[in-house]
Amino acid sequence: MTLTEEPPTTAPSSTESPLVDEDTAGHRFRVHRSTMTSPEVLRQELRRVFEHSWLYVGHESEVAEPGDYVRRPVGGRNVFMVRGAKSKQVHVFHNTCTHRGAVVCRQKSGNAKVFQCFYHAWTFDSEGNLSGVPDREAYGEGLDFSTLGLRSVARVASYRGFVFASYDPDIVELVDYLAGAAEYLDLIADSAEAGMEIVKGTNEYCISANWKLLAENSVDGYHALPTHDTYFKYLVARGLVFSGSLDGRAKNLGNGHAVIEYLAPWGRPTARWGPDFDEGVRGEIDAARAALVERHGEQRGTRIADSNRNMLIYPNLVINDIMAVTVRTFMPSSPGQMDVTAWQLAAKDEHPAVRQTRLDNFLTFLGPAGFATPDDVEALESCQQGFNSGGVEWNDISRGMDREPKGNDELQMRTFWRRWADQMGDSDFGATVNR
Amino acid sequence: MTAVTDTAQPHTALPPTGTVVTAATNPATPGPAIIGTGAVTDLGALTRADIEEFLYHEAALLDAWDLDGWLTLWAAERTRYVVPCNDAPDGNPATDLVLIDDDELRLRMRVERLNSRKAHREYPHSRTNHQIFNVRLGEAADGELPVTASFTVWRFRNGRASYYVGQHHYRLITDDGGVRIRTKRSQLDMTELRPAGDLAIIL
Repeated sequence: MTLTEEPPTTAPSSTESPLVDEDTAGHRFRVHRSTMTSPEVLRQELRRVFEHSWLYVGHESEVAEPGDYVRRPVGGRNVFMVRGAKSKQVHVFHNTCTHRGAVVCRQKSGNAKVFQCFYHAWTFDSEGNLSGVPDREAYGEGLDFSTLGLRSVARVASYRGFVFASYDPDIVELVDYLAGAAEYLDLIADSAEAGMEIVKGTNEYCISANWKLLAENSVDGYHALPTHDTYFKYLVARGLVFSGSLDGRAKNLGNGHAVIEYLAPWGRPTARWGPDFDEGVRGEIDAARAALVERHGEQRGTRIADSNRNMLIYPNLVINDIMAVTVRTFMPSSPGQMDVTAWQLAAKDEHPAVRQTRLDNFLTFLGPAGFATPDDVEALESCQQGFNSGGVEWNDISRGMDREPKGNDELQMRTFWRRWADQMGDSDFGATVNR
Repeated sequence: MTAVTDTAQPHTALPPTGTVVTAATNPATPGPAIIGTGAVTDLGALTRADIEEFLYHEAALLDAWDLDGWLTLWAAERTRYVVPCNDAPDGNPATDLVLIDDDELRLRMRVERLNSRKAHREYPHSRTNHQIFNVRLGEAADGELPVTASFTVWRFRNGRASYYVGQHHYRLITDDGGVRIRTKRSQLDMTELRPAGDLAIIL
C-alpha cells in the first residue's frame, strides 16, 4: 500500500490559511495557537465546519425496535433519532414543535408511539407526521397540516449501522464523504457475524480544552508511552510482558479523516486472546478468531482480529478499535471547553465471559475514570493552559514529514488540519500571525 | 484584638479533615474503636453511630490521600468498587458500561496509580472533601450488612471546584480487624458527569 501525505481526494498540497502553515520543502507544519483560543475562530467553526459536515448521531442498534428513540445534541443542536413504526427507517428530527417551538422529545431515550408536545398537545407519530391537533376546527381550511410535521435534519444517512446527519442540504453523499474511512468502519462492522451494538451506559464528561486537541489526541500514537505509564503498569500486573513501542503506520483516509493502524501487546476481546486475559475466555476468543478467518479469509480475518485502529472521522468523531471499541464524539461549548460523549460498541450475542472481558478492558483504559483517559484530559487541559501563557505562537506538528509516516508520527493531525484550513478559508479571524 | 491562639490549628487527635496531608507527614491516625480492634464480630449489634464513625473514618482517609490506609478498610476477597454511568444508575457491570468496576487487583492498581507521580490528572492531588449523610442500615443477612448513605464529594484543583453528588450502597462485613467493606457502589445523581469533568479520584 502506498503511504502518502497527499489526500486521495483533490485538495491543495499546502493550505491557503494563515493559521495553518505548511512548508513541505522545509518539513515543517505549524498551526497557529489562536485556532485553540479565539472566540472568533469558534464562531466561524460553528458556521463553516459544523454546519457543512456529516456529524455522527448514533448507532442503529440504539433504536433497534420501531418507536425506539434517543435524544442528544448533534453539532450543538438538540435532535432526536427515532425508528419509524411503519417505515422501520431511522429518522433524525429537530426537537421542536412546529406549532410554537417547545421540545417534543423530553426523555433521553425510550420507546414511543407518538411524540406529544405538552404545551398545546400537538401530536406527531414516529415518522414525524402531525397526527393530532386539539380543536382542529378552529383552523381555517386553507392551512395545510401536512406541512407541519416534524422537521427532519437536512440530510440523514447511515453507513453499516453508523447514523450521520448534516445540516447542509447540498453536502456530498455520506459514503463519498467517508472516503477511506468506510473501509475501516467495515472492519468494525464485520468483526462479529451477528453485528455490533452499543452497550447500555454513556460516558458524558467534559474537558477544559479546545475540541481540536481531542481530535489530535485520539489518534496520537506518540503520546501513548510517556503519558500512560500507569496503564501499562496495570497490563504488566495482569501478566503482560511488554517492551518496546506500538509498531504501526498512519494513513490519510481523505476529507480530513485519518487512522493509525498498529499491533499492540494487549488482548482484543473481539478475536485476539492476550496474556492479560483470563484463561477461561481463551476458547471463546480463539473460536471467534477462527470464524473471522473462515468468513473473511486469512488476511482480512487476522487484520480484524489483531490490528488496533484509532480513527478520526472529520470533524469530531473518533472510533477506536483498540483494547475495546469506543465511539466518541465531542463538541465545543467555548474555545477552551468541550463536551465529550462516548459509548462502547460490542459484538451482539457475545459470550457473557467475553463481554465481561471487553467491559473490563474498556474501562481500565478508557472513560473518565479509567487508568488512562483522565491523563489525556490532563494533557489537553495542560496544553490549553500553556497556550494562555503566550510567548509561543505556533504548535509544531511536523513529526514524520520526511519519511513514510509511522503510527507515532503526526500525519493524522496534518490531515485533519488541512481539511480544517480548507473549510475555514483564508480569513485570519483577527489573529496576529507573524510569518 | 486578642492574639490568635493555637486553637486555629487543626486538631491533631482526630483523623485529618480538609487539609491535604501526606501519609509521610501524617502517619496513620488510629481510627474509631470498631476499626482495627477486632472488638466487633456481631453485625447485628452495630449501631448507626458505629457505621457513621466507620464511614467518617473512610472519608478522612480519602481526604488525607492515605490510600494505603483506605485499602485496609476493604475485605480480603470478593471485593468490588463500582460507579455506574450517570445515565444508567442501575447499570450492571457484568453487562453494561460503567465508570468504575474494580476487583481486588484493579482497586490495588488504582491506589498504586494515584500514589504515583504518573497519574497526571491527580499529580499534584486535588483537595477533596468527602461528606456523608443520611446513613441508613439495612437488615444484616449472610454475614453482610447493607448500608446506604448520601454523599457529596467536593474536589478542588488548579482553581477549579467540582462536585459529585449521589448515594453509596455498601455491603459491610466484620472480620478479625473489625468492620470491612465487601462492596461499595457509588451511584451519581448528576444526570451527566460534565459538571465534574472526569472521575480520577475515589468517591
